Amino acid sequence: MNDFMSAALQILAVIIIVPIAGGLISGIDRKISAKMQGRKGPPILQPFYDVLKLLQKDSKTVNPTTRYFLVLSLIFNMFNVVLFFMGAELLLCIFAFTISCVFFSLAGYSSRSPYSFIGAERELVQIICYVPMIILLAFGYYQAVGSFSISYAFQLDAPAVTRLPLLFIGLLYVITIKLRKSPFDISMSHHAHQEIVRGVTTEMEGSCLAIVEVSHWFETVFTIRLLFLFLIYGQPLGWVIGIGACLIIYFLEILVDNATARIKYRSALRATWIVVLVLGFANLAFLSLF
Amino acid sequence: MKFIKKSPWILHYNASSCNGCDIEILACLTPLYDVERLGMIHTGNPKHADVLLISGCVNTQSVSVVKQLYEQMSEPKVVIAVGACASTGGISKDCYNVIGGVSEAIPVDMYVPGCAARPEAIIDGVVKVLDKIK
Ligand code: SF4
Repeated sequence: MNDFMSAALQILAVIIIVPIAGGLISGIDRKISAKMQGRKGPPILQPFYDVLKLLQKDSKTVNPTTRYFLVLSLIFNMFNVVLFFMGAELLLCIFAFTISCVFFSLAGYSSRSPYSFIGAERELVQIICYVPMIILLAFGYYQAVGSFSISYAFQLDAPAVTRLPLLFIGLLYVITIKLRKSPFDISMSHHAHQEIVRGVTTEMEGSCLAIVEVSHWFETVFTIRLLFLFLIYGQPLGWVIGIGACLIIYFLEILVDNATARIKYRSALRATWIVVLVLGFANLAFLSLF
Repeated sequence: MKFIKKSPWILHYNASSCNGCDIEILACLTPLYDVERLGMIHTGNPKHADVLLISGCVNTQSVSVVKQLYEQMSEPKVVIAVGACASTGGISKDCYNVIGGVSEAIPVDMYVPGCAARPEAIIDGVVKVLDKIK
């Protein structure tokens, strides 16, 4: 009974703390971006104001199914993050993560708007871009660590990245896509809102858009946690290195976001697949040889 | 508490402006004025927007678009007429195809004067109109 209670409390804590952290990260991200562009920028709590405002707005949906798909996408995102923080199997998390992305794309398809269709199609292209890399990462993790278990990383002698350096570079590509940052923000971007740029969300308003935002906060935390998985090891120093490296990498993501232009979806596909094939397989071959 | 005051998302439509007012609206986004510090975002989508900024007078061609954009926005929403043309018809009031100011087509909540309206005045207009929302 006690085990059950503590597990329930842990799940509750993850579900409450993760979106708050995600929103804060998004707020700090917007502030740093603004500073890089020589602007003052919005308050750090701005993402929360945005979501609360969206919840207060009327929301008419073109097709009620859109909302179901979005809620399902959010639920699978939560499920994924809870599993990840409870130290479950990496493969299971990746499957939950992919399903949530597919539901998000279906939400785009459900509204019968050409812009939304383009967004949904591009969302699918993005999934094709990063899923092979993530699956290779999981296999690499298994080969390097000897288990798919996420909690296992806390008992290692050296961080997993030391055995998976090339796959880790591939992971950096994946998180750029997942954080929806330039040059890979092809399906839905934070910048300059225009129909094609806002893609999937073109026909969504009010609470639907709020769900999209909150879902994205979960995704942000998931991607950072995924990064952390490859940096942590069994010593207290591992935490310092892990958190420090995550902060630096996130800062570099913001820098790249502000310094590059959006590329065409074909180039995105090519760029990521070349990285997957060369770096991913080279790293796996290296691991199986030594 | 109405959070729309903290994050008014803006949709800008050029009904038949000479581009003078448009450029001033876009100037609000530049580092000098930086409206994002007030939580404002320039959206390109009526479904995401809370504030409709219209520059230029309404003519026989643009009237249907203005009405449609207004109808596509969800409540609560406000409309601001930016510049002399949008307020009254301005310099082109007597043209054969001009219907008049934006208020001829849809209800307007705030008029920003000027030809062209200054960025400070536009930002002030948005901030003031939000106080009207109950
Ligand atoms: S008010 Fe002046 S600047 Fe603005 S649209 Fe009319 S003529 Fe152009």
